[in-house]
Amino acid sequence: MPRVRFVQRDGSEKSIEVGRDLSVMLAAVRNGIHGIDGECGGSLDCATCHVYVDEEQASSLPQPDEEELELLSAVSGERRPNSRLSCQLKVLPPLDELVVHVPARQS
Amino acid sequence: MTGLVIIGASYAGVQAALTARDAGYSQPITIVCDEEWLPYQRPPLSKDFLLGRISEQNLILRDETFFEGKQIDLVLGHRATLLDLRARQVTLAGDKALEFEKLLIATGSRARRIAVEGADFDGIFYLRSVNDAIDLKARLADAAEIVIVGGGFIGLEVAASAAKLGKKVTVVEASSRLLERAVSPVLSAFLLDTHVRAGVDVMLNETITSFKGSDRKVSAVVLGNGASVRADLVLVGIGGVANDEIARSAGLRCTNGIVVDEHGQSETSDIFAAGDCANHFNRFCESWVRLESVQNAQDQAKAAGFAIAGTRAPYESVPRFWSDQYDVKLQIVGLAGQYDRQAVRGAVDDGRFSVFYYRQGRLVAVDTVNRPGEQMAARRLIAAGISPAPEQAADPSFDLKSLVTAGDKAGA
Repeated sequence: MPRVRFVQRDGSEKSIEVGRDLSVMLAAVRNGIHGIDGECGGSLDCATCHVYVDEEQASSLPQPDEEELELLSAVSGERRPNSRLSCQLKVLPPLDELVVHVPARQS
Repeated sequence: MTGLVIIGASYAGVQAALTARDAGYSQPITIVCDEEWLPYQRPPLSKDFLLGRISEQNLILRDETFFEGKQIDLVLGHRATLLDLRARQVTLAGDKALEFEKLLIATGSRARRIAVEGADFDGIFYLRSVNDAIDLKARLADAAEIVIVGGGFIGLEVAASAAKLGKKVTVVEASSRLLERAVSPVLSAFLLDTHVRAGVDVMLNETITSFKGSDRKVSAVVLGNGASVRADLVLVGIGGVANDEIARSAGLRCTNGIVVDEHGQSETSDIFAAGDCANHFNRFCESWVRLESVQNAQDQAKAAGFAIAGTRAPYESVPRFWSDQYDVKLQIVGLAGQYDRQAVRGAVDDGRFSVFYYRQGRLVAVDTVNRPGEQMAARRLIAAGISPAPEQAADPSFDLKSLVTAGDKAGA
């Protein structure tokens, strides 16, 4: 089973199993991961599921589409080159564990 | 008597439990819910779920692992029938009772029923719960002619889904324009055009006086002008009603929902309410409002959860809404209400534009169509109380984000 590892700003981590068809945002919400709100449920309305993908893994993921980029330009926390909206991320092969860092704030 | 009891396991109920727990509330927490489903996402019900793009299982928002991890007891399939404030007790159907120290009522809202002849015929649907959506989806598969009663959010979203599925769709709206209570005439006209281009027949200023049917199954709707429109499926979306009866019977003050303060607390201490069933004074709207939205449910429930845990973090978010219809992403921040000036940014004909609403020179609401980045900027402007001049708002070359950044620096 693929996994996502959520790293909080204080360094604490939680790794959870996630189906290949489930978004990283929904996996976070289902498991009560602190700091990921996912208010709109993945319909690209809210930009409250912002994460920083592990820098080495970021390039191996499908790149954000125009709509995601537009929302990323307005995230509440600091935007970085590896910023993504976790509602648009899935743990796809060959990745077995995706590592994401939770930003300082979502709104 | 210890512990927190929450009635309702949708967005507000679950969020309040989570916030209270994370904020250090260490007593038992029990959530009771009359539905059998684990907490699920509601916005997709009228859209991706009807279109078969999301399964029932992927609608689930919180699963058993979540509740175990947070030490929250979830009691599904039990309706709370009676609330006794003096005894601090909630009675569930079947006479089981739960005692509490603190209570949060998050019973939500239900669809307003249409009261005309034939309203109980088979084939007439409402949409609120996943069970409603499952029934609607199943019947939609075999239906050919759909009539939607009400040109509000749910009606228009179902109209768009049904049209995408190739159905003949008619929308009947009593007022002179679509989404009348939520958006300005510019946007109503744009949405009308969008639906008409998709082949939907939209009838404005028109009401339903009765349903016709045979064997108690609907076959047509009869309009106020006497004409009939054939229908083998009808979806009624004419607004919601707060589920505040249990609070009302217990003696809590209710005025179109349970009256609560900025901490989600009712007039009785330790009794809270949040979400669709609560009515609060919203400083951005400058009025008492009962909102039906995910954002309101979650943000109000957070405030209540903090208060329950003994922390003060008042609810003061700008109301936010969204709706997806065809390839139109409509996003709304603020409540325009009685606005006295508007500015349109972008070209309506291109299907990418925003409408800025002003009241006495102050920006109070912004609707955006397919401009998510601009919507995000607008949300931050309104939350920070920053108003671009209407001329700036209407000028696409003016950078709205520069005002937000300037505001951030000024605030820092």
